[in-house]
Amino acid sequence: MSERVLVAGAGAIGSLLAAHLAQVCDVSVLTRRPAHAQALCEEGLRVSGRAELRAEVRASSDPGELPEPALVFICCKGTDLAELAAALRGHFPSARMTTLQNGLGAEEVVGAQGDWPLLSGVTFMSGTRHSDTHVEYILDTETWIGPGRGSVLADAEEAAALLRSAGLKATAFPDLLPAQWSKLIFNASVNTVAALTGLPHEPRFAAREHPADLGQLVFDLIAEGKAVAAGAGVELAEDPWEMNLHATRRGAAHYPSMLEDVEARRPTEIDQITGALLREGARVGVPAPLHTALYRLVKAKEASFR
Amino acid sequence: MRVCIVGCGAVGSLFAANLATLPELEVFAYDLNVDHVAAINRVGLRLTGAAELVAPVNALTDAARLPACAFGIVATKAMHTEAAIAASAHAFADGAVASVQNGLGNEEVLAAHCARVIRGTTFPAGRLTAPGVVAWEVQGDTTLGPYEDSPASFEEVARLAALCSRAGMPASAVADARGPQWRKVIFNAATNPLGALTGLSHGALCERPALRALASQLVSEGTAVASAQGITLDADPEELIDYAARPEVAYGHKASMLQDVEARRPTEVDYLNGGIAEFGRRYGVPTPGHDIIRALVKGVETSWGT
Repeated sequence: MSERVLVAGAGAIGSLLAAHLAQVCDVSVLTRRPAHAQALCEEGLRVSGRAELRAEVRASSDPGELPEPALVFICCKGTDLAELAAALRGHFPSARMTTLQNGLGAEEVVGAQGDWPLLSGVTFMSGTRHSDTHVEYILDTETWIGPGRGSVLADAEEAAALLRSAGLKATAFPDLLPAQWSKLIFNASVNTVAALTGLPHEPRFAAREHPADLGQLVFDLIAEGKAVAAGAGVELAEDPWEMNLHATRRGAAHYPSMLEDVEARRPTEIDQITGALLREGARVGVPAPLHTALYRLVKAKEASFR
Repeated sequence: MRVCIVGCGAVGSLFAANLATLPELEVFAYDLNVDHVAAINRVGLRLTGAAELVAPVNALTDAARLPACAFGIVATKAMHTEAAIAASAHAFADGAVASVQNGLGNEEVLAAHCARVIRGTTFPAGRLTAPGVVAWEVQGDTTLGPYEDSPASFEEVARLAALCSRAGMPASAVADARGPQWRKVIFNAATNPLGALTGLSHGALCERPALRALASQLVSEGTAVASAQGITLDADPEELIDYAARPEVAYGHKASMLQDVEARRPTEVDYLNGGIAEFGRRYGVPTPGHDIIRALVKGVETSWGT
């Protein structure tokens, strides 16, 4: 129990990490809302679904009230990252910061607020928050970690080993960018279609017998994304179309977070996901007309909530 | 003279009630909405809004009871054309049948059952507010022309146009009615699904430059498909889109496809974007925008079953 960990952001992913890590080390949780922190201190965390766990955690909405951790997992949504990173400014100077956001650029947002050593992460886990203190573990899939500014592969391996010791699936990579891009293209192609159609990620996303089939659209979106990656000189870790096929064959339909956001009429991560892909496309001169169209539709759908 | 409206929803009711004000016409209406038909037979068909009137219309849900009619005006949703005309075609053995429906392909379906077909396009719009009552919300012109493969005589077309005009629904007879039809189809296909996918009214979506640009992409694909067939649009759909966005025209109008999506009814996307894409394939004109829009709206429709 020597390792001291901070989980910053207690949504579904943060809650899953905190509850698992609390089985093997000292865990603090930084929340946005004081009432959320209070509930965690009083009731602890409960995980159901893929794992049944209860965990006691220390929690606060003020980083100044929490002890200095060796390792931080930043688990908020991309839409909340700038605010959270600013709140961390000036705190925990010797901690190593791990970003787990969708899309690209989280490392830069955090790195701008302090000179902490950084790790890059992507996670494929998913869960559904039922309350401030109860999260259902839906997909017990991998988390991948690679070194960022001021870190080396051994640091990423140490963080991955810690997650594994807590019962999670984790792997370290010398360079995370290829995996980040695979997930970026996957998310940009699947989450947007789910958000616009109201469909969870299910077998229709892989069906492409007819030109108007949804799978054909997803296929074309992924092809566009791959062209941008190739233009940016990124060799993908996994083929996003294979990821799509695999995920739709898993059985239970998965509700991407962007669909949950739209149903709750919240802002989505469209700027962090499709926006990042389009910015890269513009930078390297590869057009992405289908992603552009979906970006515009999702942005307009968000506007209809106001 | 007897006239029958086939499909007495909002648009069908506008034709039925206005034509029934002409003393020389006996107007029948065939529709499957039992409550609407009963109310019409009990107290007449009532219009509010652009005109306030109550007109005597013989409404029925059993097409077998229709007498021989000189004209049929088909105003069903496009997916119901086949069933509606198969049941009612006997009444038009000596008559001419006009489609005033949305989308592409309706005349082909009518011609499989009727010898003399009129290609029509109509702009008036309304809403069924109660059984027997229709709010007339948008006034506009109707264009009628002989359907090329199975034409009514031009004299017949002109006679129907004159009847509509005298009844308060301005209509003109033209030799080639494809231009007005494609103009409306392109207008609808470029705007209705954007409203349906985002929840925005016509005016609100036109105010977002990125979404307005997406509409322009759909317009130019549609115009290219029309040109490839030698069809000259009678007006620029772009101007119609901007005109309709004015506060005094249809700024706040929720497209019928958005109304369908909100009520979880099947939409006409197959006959709008799907129709343009189908003609595009036939004439070798790519329609990537219409393909993705169709796939997304079909995805929305299937999400209601999951």
